[in-house]
Amino acid sequence: MAKVVSQDVKKYFGEVRALDGVSIEIEDGAFVVLLGPSGCGKTTFMRCISGLEELTDGKIYFDDKEVSRLQPKDRNVAMVFQSYAVWPHMKVRENIAYPLKLKKFSKEEIEQKVKWAADLLNISELLSRYPSQLSGGQRQRVAVARAIVHRPEVLLMDEPLSNLDALLRVKMRSELKKLHEQLKVTTIYVTHDQVEAMTMGDKIAVMNSGRIIQYGTPEEIYKKPATAFVAGFIGSPQMNFFKCDVVEENGQQYAKFEHVRFKIPSRINNRSVIVGIRPENVSLEPPKGSDSITLEATVYFIERLMPETILHLDVGNAKSRITAKLPDDLVLPEGKKIEVFVSTESLHFFDAETEERIL
Amino acid sequence: MKIIYPLLFILIACFFLGPMFLAFVASITPASEFYDYSHIFPSRLTLEHINKLLFTLGGFRALIVSIEVALISIGISFALGIPAGYAIARYTFRGKDGVKLAMLFTRSLPLIVVAVSLVTVYMRLNLTDTALGVALAHAAMILPFVVIFTSSIFSSTFIEYEEAGMVFGLTRFGAFLRISLPLALPGLAASAIYGFIMSWNETFAASILSIQNRTLPAHILATAMASPDYFKYAMATVMAIPALIFIFIIRKYLISIWGISLK
Repeated sequence: MAKVVSQDVKKYFGEVRALDGVSIEIEDGAFVVLLGPSGCGKTTFMRCISGLEELTDGKIYFDDKEVSRLQPKDRNVAMVFQSYAVWPHMKVRENIAYPLKLKKFSKEEIEQKVKWAADLLNISELLSRYPSQLSGGQRQRVAVARAIVHRPEVLLMDEPLSNLDALLRVKMRSELKKLHEQLKVTTIYVTHDQVEAMTMGDKIAVMNSGRIIQYGTPEEIYKKPATAFVAGFIGSPQMNFFKCDVVEENGQQYAKFEHVRFKIPSRINNRSVIVGIRPENVSLEPPKGSDSITLEATVYFIERLMPETILHLDVGNAKSRITAKLPDDLVLPEGKKIEVFVSTESLHFFDAETEERIL
Repeated sequence: MKIIYPLLFILIACFFLGPMFLAFVASITPASEFYDYSHIFPSRLTLEHINKLLFTLGGFRALIVSIEVALISIGISFALGIPAGYAIARYTFRGKDGVKLAMLFTRSLPLIVVAVSLVTVYMRLNLTDTALGVALAHAAMILPFVVIFTSSIFSSTFIEYEEAGMVFGLTRFGAFLRISLPLALPGLAASAIYGFIMSWNETFAASILSIQNRTLPAHILATAMASPDYFKYAMATVMAIPALIFIFIIRKYLISIWGISLK
């Protein structure tokens, strides 16, 4: 178990800047999710931590020990690969025992630890099988057992659930989380699935174009996204954005989108802003006990998910399409004109140029 | 359908095995009955021709030379070809496609052309008429094939297996040795067989580069014209049997031991 610190880590593949200065401090024993769209550098960053990828620049520490130039085998990390990478020429038992064998544990110790890991992952009855005789889910368990058996300081997981079917994925999600609670090993988990990130991570590092955009708890990231990118990436359906000019009337600033005016709660110096509204903050009734904004909209399309309903609405002349997520089942004819309400408190304001959060 | 498939199978088997079988029968038919067309199968069998071919006419010595040459040429071409194939499979480097293409081109150069010029070089190096000399020529013939074959074997074994090895405590070379090489073994065994058979069958370079220490096909070529027909069949049998034994020994690597699990 170790704290993982990365200082300005850069990784270039020729002209391509896969990592463009990544700095992060991951607490000892934390479960941290690296989240981002494909090509954002999250897997590359994980491979840099494992030592499979050499750094172009920067430093990585486990606790106070610098590991930047160490070979993977000298770092005491373990990894669960996306393809599991369970060695096909070894039986399950040998697969799990191999890291111990390489670390020169005694035969008795190996046997005892393999049994412990196999019991933990519920694969004791599979020990004498070859990987080709296992299902995807079972192979996954073997990969996890192999990764934890030597009690690594840092456990890395590269989209471990992406090859499982939807039901199994949900089940493994909670199992991996429980496993982490038991072992308390510092875990770094790469995914592009925001649901996985939100449910599993103690903290989430949202990455884009080779940088960490925001690092915080799932709640912080959902409630106070640092940029419009993070706001758009987290949450389903995606946050609605309005590009607005800032106007002032009687000393009060408003973000103006066509004839809609969003009241800006405190004074800002920006000329234009992006206003973000989460679909789940749009309602058909005016919210009680708080200021709200009314939007006139036309129903474009309706998705009944049972029990929730997702409305696709056209707002204003420019035909801005927004989505609204309502908790109940609902039937509305397409083309119907309705009014929807958004509480002022739930608005997000971003700078129109930098896309960084203002309020 | 249930009848047609077995029938088809038997037919194809007969097509391939029939001539071999007839040659084998002819090789153990006594000389007195060989030209007697009143019956196909001889009244008694004899190992006389094979015996004579091997022990009186120098066939056994040639057979040993052949095996020696084949093993040395496989050894050389594997020692050079496996690292080369691995490099082509795993790394990107300048001129990689050129290297692969050049390797194919060497196959378009007939070995006989190379062999003639090799004779003069070998005379200077004292390599004429040695097993090593012929083996070097054969290795040159087998090597491009080994490189191309091993590179495709290694590219079909996931790099993540090796990476997992490195994460869990192996060096890069250790991961190659303990993970990729065992995984590639069935394919490597198959290419070894192919190399063995290429060398075993190669006649012309062997004929030119050796005089006393001839490989079996070179020896047969030199003596066959002057021999009675049943000797020719005996030669065919002697040529075929070691190749069959060799394939039999490594057959278990061919039917890959851990099922179809390279994926």
